[in-house]
Amino acid sequence: MSETTINVTLEVWRQNGPADKGHFETYEARDISTDSSFLEMLDIVNEQLIKEEKVPVTFESDCREGICGTCSLMINGQAHGPNKGQATCQLHMRTFKNGDHITIEPFRAASFPVIKDLAISRAALDSIQHAGGYITVSTGSAPDANLTPVPKEAADVAMDAAACIGCGACVAACPNSAAQLFTSAKINHLNLLPQGQSERWKRVEAMVDTMEDFFGTCTNHGECHEACPKEISLDFIAFMNRDYVKAKIKNRKLAGQK
Amino acid sequence: MAQTLPGAASNLRDPQPIRTRKKPLPFPLNIWQSAVGRKWVMAVTGVGLLGFVLAHMIGNFHVFEGPAELHEYAEALRGLGGGIIPRLWLLWVLRLGLIAMFGLHIAAAYTTKEISRKASDNAGFISGAKSYPGGSDYVAANYASRTMRWTGPIILLYLIFHLADLTWGWLPHTNYTKGDPFGNLSNSLSNIPVAAIYIVANVALALHIFHGTWSLFQSLGLNNPKYNQARRGLAAGLAGVILLGNLTFPILTQAGVIDNADNPCASETTEEGAVHCFEEILEAEGE
Repeated sequence: MSETTINVTLEVWRQNGPADKGHFETYEARDISTDSSFLEMLDIVNEQLIKEEKVPVTFESDCREGICGTCSLMINGQAHGPNKGQATCQLHMRTFKNGDHITIEPFRAASFPVIKDLAISRAALDSIQHAGGYITVSTGSAPDANLTPVPKEAADVAMDAAACIGCGACVAACPNSAAQLFTSAKINHLNLLPQGQSERWKRVEAMVDTMEDFFGTCTNHGECHEACPKEISLDFIAFMNRDYVKAKIKNRKLAGQK
Repeated sequence: MAQTLPGAASNLRDPQPIRTRKKPLPFPLNIWQSAVGRKWVMAVTGVGLLGFVLAHMIGNFHVFEGPAELHEYAEALRGLGGGIIPRLWLLWVLRLGLIAMFGLHIAAAYTTKEISRKASDNAGFISGAKSYPGGSDYVAANYASRTMRWTGPIILLYLIFHLADLTWGWLPHTNYTKGDPFGNLSNSLSNIPVAAIYIVANVALALHIFHGTWSLFQSLGLNNPKYNQARRGLAAGLAGVILLGNLTFPILTQAGVIDNADNPCASETTEEGAVHCFEEILEAEGE
């Protein structure tokens, strides 16, 4: 396989801190190997900027293998770029053609303040997790394996929900800036398992209420599922909606038993 | 070159809540306090309104039986409840229910849209959707789902026009006579601009129903992987049936199938006269 190189023109969002207005700047990326990842291409552009004594573009990345959820970027108007089921770090330059114009913006939502350039704060997603995205267990010595029987189907669906890496692409792609896909995945990977049952109704109410403190409302477009690097299903949103209204009744009953 | 972040001193980097939480209201009311609950209300009222649209369309097919039969249907609506409930009472119960459903549906739609606008603060919010300065691409959202916030207000405006035209009789082109629904309908829809308004509004209604029918299953959490595939088909089928059914009225009036010349009571200008005229025809038919 022979290595080919391409030249692309980048329109990059530059914003010097949360209070800055921000603007697009144009950079030429020359002789980029089509085998390099999108983030490696940005690294090369940054090396060039440093050589020219300019401020490099700030962007986030960590594992660069699609499992940590740190990378973000709206690439040509799509969260994590044009390919389905991929994070930005898994996007390779072979997806683009020589001479392409690529627009790069941060994930946008009122609750995703831009820290600098393409780096955003996703602390609002953490707040949702803090509200109930855990189970309260007594931690002692390790329990015996298979002590808690879990049906295969439940384990499979819970695992599909647990695949969420919390990158925020669903919020970025949503025309309403809603965080339904993230929140429903985090709620359901616990609510589908026996370990999550005792706090099920408290969890769904607390996490949805916290979500609504920061994010918009779902209109069932389905853009989040298309943008999701882990292809989390829209079915989880329906499960969450069902459990939320049920929780309003159940929590009333539970409170009445005091 | 030392970099200082302009917002570093303040907490601009921390996300700020877009709402202040209110004290929870007692049980059924607290559903309205959350957006997820409001979407649930929107879905339930949507089902009710969908039922109304279907029943209204099926009832209107009486127009093809003739002027006297359409009058008989209108009279049957007023007399709902038979000899048990006084005339008009049950009809008014249904009407008040409809008004309440419309009100809740619209209030839920408007308030949730405003929440989304607030949540999209640092991008733009144009024609009911977040917009990126560099442009964004829709992948899954279809024309119907993206235009819900336009087709909704179009249907509301049309509804007011429709009531003014055929219920209140405020518009001169209809030459409104209470008690003669056939004459009013054919007079109104034989106008080309009026027929065009009805056609445009019903296309908007069909688009609204196409997304709404699919969406309501998600909002209510009626989700079963076994039946999920059928939801799109159901939405397309319902929207198609309602579009075709409702378009028969303006199109067939324009084509001359529904024509006031076939109305034996067209010359009556008072309610008593029209009602009396139709009752005589129905009695003669019954003999």
